[in-house]
Amino acid sequence: MLEVRDLHKAFGGFAAVGGVSLTVAAGRVTAIIGPNGAGKTTLFNLITGHVRPDAGRVLFEGRDITGLAPHDVCRLGMGRSFQRTNIFPRLTVFQNVQAAFISHRHRGRDLFTPVDRLYQDETRALLDSLGLLDRSGEMSGFLSHGAQKQLELGIALASEPRLLLLDEPTAGMSAVETRDTIRLISRIAGERGLTLLFTEHDMDVVFSIAQWITVLHQGHVIAGGTPAEVRRDPEVRRVYLGDRR
Amino acid sequence: MRAGLGDLVPMTPMTALARWAPAVALAAAFCVPALGSRFYTFVANDVVIWALFATSLNLLVGYTGLVSFGHAAYFGIGAYTTGLLMKKAGVSFLLAFPAAGGLAGAFALVFGFFCVRLTRIYFAMLTLAFAQIVWAICFKWNEVTGGEQGMPEIPYPDFGWLERLGAAVPAVAGWRTAEYYYFLTLVLVALCLWVLRRIVGSPFGRILTTIRENPERAEFIGVNVRRYELAAFVLAGVFAGLAGGLFGIFNRGVFPDFAYWTKSSEVLIMTLLGGMGTFFGPGIGALALILLNQQIVSYTEYWPLVLGTILVVLLFGFPGGLAGAAIALWQRARRRLRGA
Repeated sequence: MLEVRDLHKAFGGFAAVGGVSLTVAAGRVTAIIGPNGAGKTTLFNLITGHVRPDAGRVLFEGRDITGLAPHDVCRLGMGRSFQRTNIFPRLTVFQNVQAAFISHRHRGRDLFTPVDRLYQDETRALLDSLGLLDRSGEMSGFLSHGAQKQLELGIALASEPRLLLLDEPTAGMSAVETRDTIRLISRIAGERGLTLLFTEHDMDVVFSIAQWITVLHQGHVIAGGTPAEVRRDPEVRRVYLGDRR
Repeated sequence: MRAGLGDLVPMTPMTALARWAPAVALAAAFCVPALGSRFYTFVANDVVIWALFATSLNLLVGYTGLVSFGHAAYFGIGAYTTGLLMKKAGVSFLLAFPAAGGLAGAFALVFGFFCVRLTRIYFAMLTLAFAQIVWAICFKWNEVTGGEQGMPEIPYPDFGWLERLGAAVPAVAGWRTAEYYYFLTLVLVALCLWVLRRIVGSPFGRILTTIRENPERAEFIGVNVRRYELAAFVLAGVFAGLAGGLFGIFNRGVFPDFAYWTKSSEVLIMTLLGGMGTFFGPGIGALALILLNQQIVSYTEYWPLVLGTILVVLLFGFPGGLAGAAIALWQRARRRLRGA
């Protein structure tokens, strides 16, 4: 579904991503782990077009998307959530998700239809599945951190992606919020047949839902495999998991 | 240049009051000439045109989150377009008025193409730079624009048809030309504001607000941010041009200072004063600023000092502007009434 070939990106001499290759198989939940500064977020930004690679290719469903603008990547069927929560704070919860439907269905060029009537049912249904329906009239900037993360997921889902990239979906969440969020993500991914690629610092979360794990260290892939394989990998244990076990 | 959450003003408090207020305001505006004072009609005409100009700017500032320091460029281009067409080419107002919007929009397309490639303060500075170029051309191109002296004696539109209509409908008869022009301005501005209102309430308008709130996220719901910003820039330019076209005739002359940066700052102040969080805020700001100007200038020569003080108080005390403060008051009053 997604193939990254020998991707390079340096920022002022510092090689944030130095020749990363990886494959995300359709339907599989793939996690990218690695210590802080390993290049996880940069890798995401390279895949989604927010940052241009110095070298290398990104292929999405067999199509070369290297260097495409983020809005074009999104239109091809890739959704994304960001590490720092990324919503439209001075719009209501409903408007946040509705705006994503408007954009995805090419209605943004419509200058004359009253917007309030558009995509009522779709937006409501999506908010309902996220458990946010009863808060749809609230200003989204006032929601709790956890609820904002859920809303962000909703914004991403409204674009009806086939591949969903989640950058630290549980960052800054309490244990309860983390558990609920993971449950929510797994359920929605299952229902919609989504392929998931996510980064996460919480190893319990990673080993509970990932079917495939890629380990990044200092801009390089040092291991990749099923959770059991990665857990046994001596290199991974040395640089990353070692201190935990 | 993004407001924090603390300054949050709900964007559309659609109460019955908000729904009827524009119609009431329009009806009241129609009655102004009946007061019999040429001066009142003059001031009202000034306010109405500036209200359109400020509302056009708010499409950028309030809805798209782009602060332009050079919006007067399009006002000036519009004014020169109608002025030149009507005075030098003898074209009728019926063509010269839309031409003002068209040409201002065309310039906005060219300038905006470059401006939207920059963000925040760099965007603002580039809009200012383009506006100063427009001003310099108006100031120096003597053969066409009249240079520093400007272009006086722009003719009024032909109101013969209104006078003939007056023979049948007594209410239409017997007004002075300036008053006919005021009525015409009122109808055209009301139409423009209606169109602008439709635009901000459309799916397009909603996408603009997502750009204001978070351009990075907007990109990743599939919005081509630059293209939408450019579209907003052009639309704002068109309506500023239409306002300029009306203003040149109202002012009985077109002058280079229409495009000068002080005009840009004046319209920006109106927008902030009235409140960029609401559709009618900038119009209210135009009314407030022009009335204040008239009143305070007759008491003191330190008008800018007074204005500065008012702005400081407003920005810190009522970041939603006059309209935002009024809405907050109204909501508090209603809550209290309900509670009692």
